[in-house]
Amino acid sequence: MTHEIDRRGFLRCMAWAGTGAVWTVSGGLLSGCSLGAPAANKPAAPRTSDLSFVQISDSHIGFKGAANQDVTGTFGLAIDQINALGARPAFVMHTGDLTHTSTPEQFDTVKQMLGTIHAGGVFQVPGEHDAATGDDRAYLGVFGKGAVGNGYFSFEQHGVHFLALVNAVGTLGMGHLGKDQLDWIQKDLAGLSSDTPIVVFAHIPLYAMYPTWGWSTDDAVQALSMMKRFGAVTALNGHVHQVMSKVEGNVTFHTATSTAYPQPKPGEAANPGPVTVPAPQLHQVLGVTEVRYAAKKSQVAVIDTPLRP
Amino acid sequence: MPKRTLQLVVAAGGAALALAACGGTSQQPPGGGVPTPAAPPSSSSPAAVDTTTIAIANFAFTPAVIRVKAGATVTWTNLDQDAHTVAISGSPVSPPLQNADTYSRTFDQPGTYSYLCTLHPTMRGMVVVTAE
Repeated sequence: MTHEIDRRGFLRCMAWAGTGAVWTVSGGLLSGCSLGAPAANKPAAPRTSDLSFVQISDSHIGFKGAANQDVTGTFGLAIDQINALGARPAFVMHTGDLTHTSTPEQFDTVKQMLGTIHAGGVFQVPGEHDAATGDDRAYLGVFGKGAVGNGYFSFEQHGVHFLALVNAVGTLGMGHLGKDQLDWIQKDLAGLSSDTPIVVFAHIPLYAMYPTWGWSTDDAVQALSMMKRFGAVTALNGHVHQVMSKVEGNVTFHTATSTAYPQPKPGEAANPGPVTVPAPQLHQVLGVTEVRYAAKKSQVAVIDTPLRP
Repeated sequence: MPKRTLQLVVAAGGAALALAACGGTSQQPPGGGVPTPAAPPSSSSPAAVDTTTIAIANFAFTPAVIRVKAGATVTWTNLDQDAHTVAISGSPVSPPLQNADTYSRTFDQPGTYSYLCTLHPTMRGMVVVTAE
């Protein structure tokens, strides 16, 4: 059940289902919704969906540590879960940290595994671990085709405009887009009608989630200010290895879980980094994020599902 | 069943967030309110320690500032699960260090060498090299 609220630019209510968060954007306006019990283990979501896509993140292929001794295995489980979806997603977006230390072998493994995904397309943006020494040539050599600058690009599906941004390479402590990319964003958005739904992908959150740990993008405000005229903007990020959500003005922010290991909640540890949970719990703190769009109604549902072992 | 329990915990957190947002007042300025970054630890404040071994632990170089004689070889050992690098200004960056990996570098010329981790650039340290 949904109930729609018609006051522009304000989040009025947001409800969570057991299987994930669901927001409704109606006519470009964010609406509250409350969900009954999901039927037959299916996540509650808009009944009609013109477009569905999947976000996965932070696979850290090559990680060696107690937090996950088989990151390739859990990444494989995430892919299996995508391939088992009832409807083939329009595309899958990996929001970075594909690899842990950006070696050619790790990129090769990731590329081969991404190639087994059943979807209309597979895209990615880099995380800082994909250019671990600050050098992104290995990443761009494998994944840079068709991208602009250091790997950003945009595309459209079903009337939704998608931006895939790079904010994790060559930064100095937190996310950074840089002038070249900001100029490109301005040009990229220039011809769009203001009722176009916008979805922005980037590795590091595009708001000040927890700057002490670098969980922020220092020039995100400049990018988001270029999007103020649009009715609904959805920013989907990774980096923090946990689901965090926030709505501000016309922007809904959402971070995905990792497919590799969890990190502490902001400020609940002395520092960020891999958290080792008891083995039986690991899959429950990893997952995939499915996003469904009903373009005509401008409804979007973001559904985070834990990995199934 | 354990899965459901965890989801409920997550859901409760989300509900709290939603309620805060439903209040209609936002504590943050529009547009994200990105604050200025936390100042990196000052590399000049701690006293220099005479040692050639540096631990990388809990997202910090320890000791943060060391003093060695010219010709000394300094070794960093990563004790964290996460990977780190040693990027000394003016030199090539070390390979990413996984847990238990080490990196060594010989300092032949006296001077002050500051460095950071390219993956976590708030992690900083300094090597002070004195004449023999």
